[in-house]
Amino acid sequence: MSSDAFTPGIVPGRMADEVYAERFSDLHPRLDDHEALVAADRCYFCHDAPCVTACPTDIDIPLFIRQIATGTPDAAAKTILSQNIMGGMCARVCPTEQLCEEACVREMAEGKPVLIGQLQRYATDHLQEQGIHPFSRAAVTGKSVAVVGAGPAGLSCAHRLAMLGHDVVVYDAAPKAGGLNEYGIATYKTVDGYAQSEVDWLLKIGGITIEYDKPLGGDMTLQSLRDAHDAVFLAIGLGGVNALEAEGADKDGVLDAVDFIADLRQAEDFAQVPVGRDVVVIGGGMTAVDAAVQAKLLGALNVTLVYRRGRDRMNASVFEQDLAASKGVRIVTHAVPRAVIGNGAVREIEFDYVDAAMQPTGQSLRLAADQVFRAIGQTLVGDGLPELDGRKIKVTGAGRTSMEGVWGGGDCAAGGDDLTVTAVAEGRDAAMDIHEALTGAA
Amino acid sequence: MADLTSEFVGIKSPNPFWLASAPPTDKEYNVRRAFEAGWGGVVWKTLGLDPHVVNVNGPRYGAVYGADRRLLGLNNIELITDRPLQTNLDEIKVVKRDYPDRAMIVSLMVPCEEEPWKFILPLVEDTGADGVELNFGCPHGMSERGMGSAVGQVPEYIEMVTRWVKANTRMPVIVKLTPNITDIRKPAEAAMKGGADAVSLINTINSITSVDLDLFAPEPTIDGKGAHGGYCGPAVKPIALNMVAEIARDPGLGQIPISGIGGITTWRDAAEFMALGAGNVQVCTAAMTYGFKIVQEMISGLSDYMDSKGLTSVDEIVGRAVPNVTDWQYLNLNYVAKAKINQDLCISCGRCFAACEDTSHQAIAMSEDRTFTVIDEECVACNLCVNVCPVEDCITMEAMTPGAVDPRTGKVVEPDYANWTTHPNNPAAKAAE
Repeated sequence: MSSDAFTPGIVPGRMADEVYAERFSDLHPRLDDHEALVAADRCYFCHDAPCVTACPTDIDIPLFIRQIATGTPDAAAKTILSQNIMGGMCARVCPTEQLCEEACVREMAEGKPVLIGQLQRYATDHLQEQGIHPFSRAAVTGKSVAVVGAGPAGLSCAHRLAMLGHDVVVYDAAPKAGGLNEYGIATYKTVDGYAQSEVDWLLKIGGITIEYDKPLGGDMTLQSLRDAHDAVFLAIGLGGVNALEAEGADKDGVLDAVDFIADLRQAEDFAQVPVGRDVVVIGGGMTAVDAAVQAKLLGALNVTLVYRRGRDRMNASVFEQDLAASKGVRIVTHAVPRAVIGNGAVREIEFDYVDAAMQPTGQSLRLAADQVFRAIGQTLVGDGLPELDGRKIKVTGAGRTSMEGVWGGGDCAAGGDDLTVTAVAEGRDAAMDIHEALTGAA
Repeated sequence: MADLTSEFVGIKSPNPFWLASAPPTDKEYNVRRAFEAGWGGVVWKTLGLDPHVVNVNGPRYGAVYGADRRLLGLNNIELITDRPLQTNLDEIKVVKRDYPDRAMIVSLMVPCEEEPWKFILPLVEDTGADGVELNFGCPHGMSERGMGSAVGQVPEYIEMVTRWVKANTRMPVIVKLTPNITDIRKPAEAAMKGGADAVSLINTINSITSVDLDLFAPEPTIDGKGAHGGYCGPAVKPIALNMVAEIARDPGLGQIPISGIGGITTWRDAAEFMALGAGNVQVCTAAMTYGFKIVQEMISGLSDYMDSKGLTSVDEIVGRAVPNVTDWQYLNLNYVAKAKINQDLCISCGRCFAACEDTSHQAIAMSEDRTFTVIDEECVACNLCVNVCPVEDCITMEAMTPGAVDPRTGKVVEPDYANWTTHPNNPAAKAAE
């Protein structure tokens, strides 16, 4: 350990080696068998349950919890996965406190919802760790579908299409599949290489080929894909990062939070990942929180998350905000960056405080900073795409774009929250619509 | 702190909580610990003739659990004491000598002949014990040898043996009844005719707790086989309460004293048994689940209850609910109630709706925004919605005021009591006219 929390600049190894493993361990260790039974018993098996309504993938939550309670977690897993093939990852990363668990009647009654997310993980882990893939392909149809992007939307769509008998080729720009599951989520939410093992498990359905390092563009155009396949599903996510509109924003040390998160996910040794002493994260979403918390976990002395509006407007859930605070992240609201100060590299960053109407208050804040992360949103990147709706691909129905034979879903498509679970739902539903279009089957 | 002193068939104890004849009262060590913990008395585990019996060496108990492994029911196949008679007698004597204020009852089971009873009773008297309890209830093992419930299921035997015992001892005699019969009043009557001072009930219920679905064998399983055992614990309490009440309210049974047994776990359980006519109570499974310390909660709980009710003696509880136990035919058919859902307490789980819509009277409406309301035109006040609602007091049964019109029947709610015996739909009512 050549450096510590007080070492100025962006340096690796701020902590003793053994501390990293502990800090980057599973945020919510899996429930054991008895904990799962006790947690499952709290479910009231509601009629027309509000939690199901709140789930973007409509998982039959009371049923799967009852299956856990009766000692059949594999049946529970099948209930989950038949609606949401990435139920294992969603169990880890869904903001359940804003979805199923917020709707849980016991949340209303006691402020303590049934632990739906953790129960879901208990069931899906139980099945997947045995290597069981409970779905099989229908007779091969001879139809071929191109899926662009191997993230949650793309893989969900690919799996459903393969299950229905179609041959699927998934093209991804990255050397690994998983999309944001692999590159865009904090390490402590998906430990032990779960994203890759989930992909491996998903591919057991058969009929899916993945072409890595194949971004849309260059030789591979949307038109060429349309020519080579019977249908195309675009799930390319948001490849660009919004720029920071502040004076001096091009100084060294001003980085994209998504790259920092991706680097951490791909790091073989967290002690090798450099981090600033005084880190400032600008943004209010999950990406901002993931970057801020992990900067702190890497041993940064001060981490400040700065958001331009109030906490209630942050896209990061209250749980995420509290998690950040509990890890020592300072959250500053109603502040807009005005200038990045430094001679070549960032040294300080100055903010204007604004009111609820985003008007300057005349007050300002200056923070020491040797590393600044931009987490102010991502943008769609690509040429020759179907018609847009605002800054995303316009879709109607189950992901139909303005182009014949081209569907879209996930973060790149307009509508829906930018959540893993929403992407999975959109991929699944587009697959059903593609199937209907290709075969005439409803 | 209310005075919990109890006197049952002349036997005094500092509180009405006795340990039932069972594994917890098998030997001196346990009973001393029980008395130190505060139990008012014990019924020493059943003595028999030498050579003593032999127990199985595999599992003796099986359990039914709630979530979080809360033990709801226990099944056992243990026999009577498996220690020499003299060992038990010696221990009973020293314990009674050291705890003279506690009730010491000795449970007995010997063959169905007068000689063995003539033999054993003086030995028990010599210990200084306060009374005997005749084990006519044990449903497993001993019953295959013509004892226990094999006697308790034949009223004539009960009467005969009780008479022998009364003729051969000055001690009070309590006859312990088996619930594995069709009408509990018959064995109680036989005990009374034989001269019993009291009855105690219930003994355990024939049961198989579960089946091992890999071995396809009942549990507890001993070398691949299982035999029925005796069921006890919280799950049997409703059965026991009814049987106690059946005896307590039968005018032909001359208000024979009852020692109530069956799933008593808390002070409230005990008070309920006493309200239905039990002069005291006996406890086993709760002690086997939690240890002897539970009696401290029973003492404080019953005392607080009595203080809150202004009661100064446990006898003021005994039998107090008996006049309100009746037969169905005497229930007031003019009483009309309707379910009412408290919208402030409702958490919109919809269980009342599912239960009523699927299995009852389609008397609950569900709106788009998950508001649940009772349809008075359909509600028969069956109470199922109350029972399935997870929120206490959210759904209540509200009695309709006489003079109001029941929207279900269109009839005026009558102020007067009227039951089935006089109802026009009752053929017997017409025939009587």
